[in-house]
Amino acid sequence: MTRAAGMRPLVLGLLVVAALVLQTSLVPHLTWRGVGPDLVLLVVVACGLAYGSREGMLIGFAAGLLVDLAPPSDHVAGRWALALLAVGYVAGRVRPDGSPSWGTTVVAAAACSFFGASLFALSGLILADHVGAVPALLDVVLAGVVADVVLAALLLGRITRGLRRISHRDRLEAVRVHGYA
Amino acid sequence: MFERRAWGRSPGETQLPGTPSRSLVAALVLASVSLMLLDRGASGLVDPARDAVAEVVGPAQSSVSAAVRPVVELPESFRTRGDLRAELSALQEENADLRTRVRTDDADRHRLAEYDRLTTAAADLGRAMVPARVIGVGPSQSFSGTVTIDAGTESGIRPDLTVVNADGLVGRVIRAGATTATVLLVVDPDSTVGGRIGQSMDLGFLRGRGSLGSDARLDLELVDQTVVPHREDTVVTWGSRGGNGPYVSGVPIGRVIEVYASPRETTQRAVIEPFVDFARLDVVGVVVPSGTASDRSIVEADGSLR
Repeated sequence: MTRAAGMRPLVLGLLVVAALVLQTSLVPHLTWRGVGPDLVLLVVVACGLAYGSREGMLIGFAAGLLVDLAPPSDHVAGRWALALLAVGYVAGRVRPDGSPSWGTTVVAAAACSFFGASLFALSGLILADHVGAVPALLDVVLAGVVADVVLAALLLGRITRGLRRISHRDRLEAVRVHGYA
Repeated sequence: MFERRAWGRSPGETQLPGTPSRSLVAALVLASVSLMLLDRGASGLVDPARDAVAEVVGPAQSSVSAAVRPVVELPESFRTRGDLRAELSALQEENADLRTRVRTDDADRHRLAEYDRLTTAAADLGRAMVPARVIGVGPSQSFSGTVTIDAGTESGIRPDLTVVNADGLVGRVIRAGATTATVLLVVDPDSTVGGRIGQSMDLGFLRGRGSLGSDARLDLELVDQTVVPHREDTVVTWGSRGGNGPYVSGVPIGRVIEVYASPRETTQRAVIEPFVDFARLDVVGVVVPSGTASDRSIVEADGSLR
C-alpha cells in the first residue's frame, strides 16, 4: 500500500476515535443544561462537508458503529450507525463546491445535530430502548443543537479545511505515484 | 461559472460526483437495521464486539480522564482558606446532624423490631466494596444513563453487582471487561429498582426518567396502591435475597418530593429525588461479596482496607 492510499483513512480513524474518547471523558465536564456537544457527530458533519455525501455516509456509518459498541453505551447497536450515516449523507449534500463558508458550516452543524439526534431518538422510540418521555427527549435534542452550534462556530470550519487539505495532498501523491488520481 | 462546471454531469453520468450509489445507501441502511434487529433479538450476539471495543477504548478513556481531572478540578482549588474553613465547619455540623438522624432512621427503627435483624446484620457484615472511578459518561444525546468505571473482572467486578457512592445508590454493573465495566445508572429509563419507603416499609418500583442533571428524577409506583407516600420520606433499596442478584438491600436511593394521585387510574405515583448527584459522579464503590479476589484494595464491611 502506498503512502497516498494510507494517509486519509488513518487520519480519519484517529480523528473519530479521539472524538469518541473526548466525548465520554471530557465533554461531561463541559455541559450546558446537562447536555454537551456531540463531538463524533460534528466530525461526521466535517467529513460530509469536506468530501461529499458518499464519504460522509461511509464515515458516519463507521463512526456510528464505534459509538454503538464503545463503552459506556448500552443501547441497541446500530442506532447511532443509522443516525450518523444519515447525518454524513445530509452534510455531504449541503457541500458547496468551494471551501464552505463559516455560516454554511454552522447552519449545516445545527441542521445535522437536530436531524441526527432526532433520528436516534426516533429509533429508540420504535425499539422502546432507553427512552423516557418525549418532551424530555426534545429538551435534550434542542440543548444538544445549541451546544453543537457553539462548538461548530469555533472549530468546525477549521477541521473541514484541514480534512480537505489531507485529501488534496493524497490526490497529489497519487498523481505522483500512479500518474493518475 | 467554475463552480457550476464542477457540478456538471457528462451525458454518461447518472449522478453527482461524490454522491453514493443507491445500492450503497441501501446496503448501509440495511446493515444498520439488521444490526439493530440482531442486537435486540438474540441477546449476546453483539457482546463480543462490545467487549473487544471496550478493551481498546476503555484504557484510552481511563488515561484521558486522568489527564482531564486536574484541569477540571482546578476551579475548586482557587478558594480562599476562609471559604474552606467555613465550609468545613458547616459540613461538620451537617455530618453530626446526619449521624443522629441515621441512628433514628425510620427504616432502621422498623428493622430493629423485625425478626430478621440477625440475618440483616449478617448480610451487612458480608458487604465489601471495590472502589472505582467514573472514567466515561455517554453523551446525553444517547438518552441512556450509563457510565464506564475503571475496574473490571480483574478487580472482582461482574455483572449485576450493586454500585453505590457516599450519598446512596448509583446503579448496577451490566457489563464487565478486564479493566473497565459499564454501569447502568438508576436514572436510566430502562432501569427498575425495587424500593421500600423507610417510614412505612411499603414496597414499590422505581423507574428512571433518563435525565442526568440536577433535575434527575425517579418515578415510584407502589405495590399497594392504597398507600399514600409522604413528602420527604426516604426510599431505600428493597434488595434481592442473599444479595446475589442486583441491588443489595437497605441502600438509600432518594426522597419523595411529589405525590400524584390519579383517581381515574386508582394509582399513586410518587416522584423521587435521588441522593446521588449523577452529573458529578466520580468515586463509586462496587458492592462485592467479602473475600472477593481483586487486584486492588477492597474496603471491607468494617471500614478497613484489604
